[in-house]
Amino acid sequence: MPGFDFSNYNRNAALHARGVPLPKATSTGTTIVGCIFDGGVGIAADTRATSGPIVADKNCEKLHYISPNIWCAGAGTAADTEFTTALISSQLELHSLSTGRKPRVVTCMTMLKQHLFRYQGHIGAYLVVAGVDPTGTHLFTVHAHGSTDKLPYVTMGSGSLAAMSVFESQWQPSLNRDQAVKLCADAIEAGIWNDLGSGSNVDVAIITADKTTLRRNYIKPNERTAKLRSYVFPKGTTAVLNEKIIPKGDLGKFISVEELTEEGGDKMEVDT
Amino acid sequence: MPSPFSINGGACVAMVGKDCVAIACDLRLGLQALTVSNNFPKVFQYGDNVFLGLTGLATDVSTVSDLFRYKVNMYRLREERHIAPRTFANLVSSSLYERRFGPYFVSPVVAGLDPKTGAPFICGFDSIGCIDFAQDFIVSGTATDQLFGMCESLWEPGLGPDELFETISQALLNAVDRDALSGWGAHVYIIEKDKVTKRLLKGRQD
Amino acid sequence: MAAMFSQNPLMNGPNYSVNDAPRVNAPEGAREHRFDPYTDNGGSTLAIAGADFTIMAGDTRLTSGYSINSRHHPKLFKIGGTTADQKDATIVLSVVGFAADGEALKERLDAICKMYRYRHGKPMSVKACAQRLSTILYQKRFFPYYAYAILGGLDEEGKGAVYSYDPVGSYEREQCRAGGAAASLIMPFLDNQVNFKNQYIPNSGEGHALQERERRPLTRTEVETLVKDAFDGAVERHIEVGDGLQMMAITRHGIEEVFLPLKKD
Repeated sequence: MPGFDFSNYNRNAALHARGVPLPKATSTGTTIVGCIFDGGVGIAADTRATSGPIVADKNCEKLHYISPNIWCAGAGTAADTEFTTALISSQLELHSLSTGRKPRVVTCMTMLKQHLFRYQGHIGAYLVVAGVDPTGTHLFTVHAHGSTDKLPYVTMGSGSLAAMSVFESQWQPSLNRDQAVKLCADAIEAGIWNDLGSGSNVDVAIITADKTTLRRNYIKPNERTAKLRSYVFPKGTTAVLNEKIIPKGDLGKFISVEELTEEGGDKMEVDT
Repeated sequence: MPSPFSINGGACVAMVGKDCVAIACDLRLGLQALTVSNNFPKVFQYGDNVFLGLTGLATDVSTVSDLFRYKVNMYRLREERHIAPRTFANLVSSSLYERRFGPYFVSPVVAGLDPKTGAPFICGFDSIGCIDFAQDFIVSGTATDQLFGMCESLWEPGLGPDELFETISQALLNAVDRDALSGWGAHVYIIEKDKVTKRLLKGRQD
Repeated sequence: MAAMFSQNPLMNGPNYSVNDAPRVNAPEGAREHRFDPYTDNGGSTLAIAGADFTIMAGDTRLTSGYSINSRHHPKLFKIGGTTADQKDATIVLSVVGFAADGEALKERLDAICKMYRYRHGKPMSVKACAQRLSTILYQKRFFPYYAYAILGGLDEEGKGAVYSYDPVGSYEREQCRAGGAAASLIMPFLDNQVNFKNQYIPNSGEGHALQERERRPLTRTEVETLVKDAFDGAVERHIEVGDGLQMMAITRHGIEEVFLPLKKD
């Protein structure tokens, strides 16, 4: 288990009790979606990370690797989605190594929900889990409190309503790969334009039985326009009171390394 | 009572240039509106090419900077090599997330050059370790909004070391002048392949 | 050991170094009734005074929470013309904050300016209009218009004039001012590029003897360039700013208005 360190907890709880607000974490007030098609599943996400009304990252990655055939899209507290998926990915890899089987999407979803349920919603990760395994194609959503859903098309995050409106008006029971990718990208775009918490680009991951394709920045509808002029300053514009050049030291400053010779001392054993 | 992030005040910014990076901080240490010191640097060096900026609660700035000095020294002893900026960034991230439910009230910024390729590297974090990998600039502190506005309009790709120095300095100085909790002078580091230049800037003392 | 443990029933563990029970917001059995008549509708405005012109600008996005209510909602209004189309107006009011209050404020000020014109047979000067706006705002000192207003025009000498206000009527004439959601992003940029703050003349001295870069009035094209670049920067980093840029240039020939596109995400 991830040994969380609670040694600052009492200090911070005392401060909070005296009216100090909780720290503002980077949240991905996001649009994420997933959609099953004939022969696989696609997931997509926007790339905006916000901190309050300010855009903290214009091109972040919300599509997380779990295993070669399972990927996750994350919304909610950015650090939680990042570390929870990394933790489960690691455990799933070890599990797959010890069983000698390909990891299953249900296993991943169950591990995620059990981990999140244990933390009673304090780990703010909202995830779309998608993948193809020997039992077939799967698509789930996992909420921070540990509840899960299994549906043919899903949306999450602050742009989920905008994205769902696209699915509800255009989804059909049988879709080919290209149609599904287009539908997912359109759903994300609906979030990008109509939800302030979502923006910038569209990332897509397409998982089929034989391979996974990650299309980072599949659509870039929000390139910044060129500035009307350059704001480079002439050298010497800023007033400097003191200047110092820090030389680059070598490792010897901290550690002394001695070469072992043939006659002096035993030869080190080296694995070949 | 104010947020722990804005009790002591302070600002930090990092920028990417052509084959160089820059990181800068203000020097103020305050207790709410009262300035206590005008010599409290917030940028720390952890190797030839690795710099860490820390803003937020001053006690945590000191604690965290010492903690990473310890961790980086242990890394050097174990690995017999310097830590690379990207490795250091991951160390910062996991160290902060370890305290997910009792965080240090700091917003770190990492800047450096890749020791192998010499490629510029910068990134920022929230207080629980979520990394923001940026290709242009990273800001943190009580003057975050002001710095975002300045950097977004002043920065452009491919700035040389001298141009980068002017750009990052002007961005920082003008931003902190519109923030009551930051300012009182600044330190700027320009990190190039063969040398690091540290400058003390003249800034308003009010 | 008893003292080591908290009296606080919620946390019967080791005591805090600062002993204070968690704050209870409402006393037992008390129920709070609230009246929230204000909404923040986001957006940002900007005004820069030149030698013989004033440029006013504002984005056209209207938001509430994470939703966009309108992509074409103007924040700039011509004030005090003879007719409803404001063809002969010489003053511009920009408002940001709560859109309904902004609209109401504009209607009040416009009506007052029109009355002044009928009574006195001449248009109101910006100076007079600025003072009157302050009075209107202060009259609602204890139920304010939640609006950050900026008034722009030309003064008696034909120079550009910008007056900025807080919601209860404190005002000041300035060279430039940014208002609203992205004011904190734009204002330091204006200090640097309009008033040349923190800029010195290279090689004009050593250390403290260095000479400051001298201020000079900007041309209209320079100002329009700054305004567009300032807003493009704000749109990148503030989620409530975007969609369109409404810009008005007030000169002695009248008011020119343009709309430019901004990013819509």
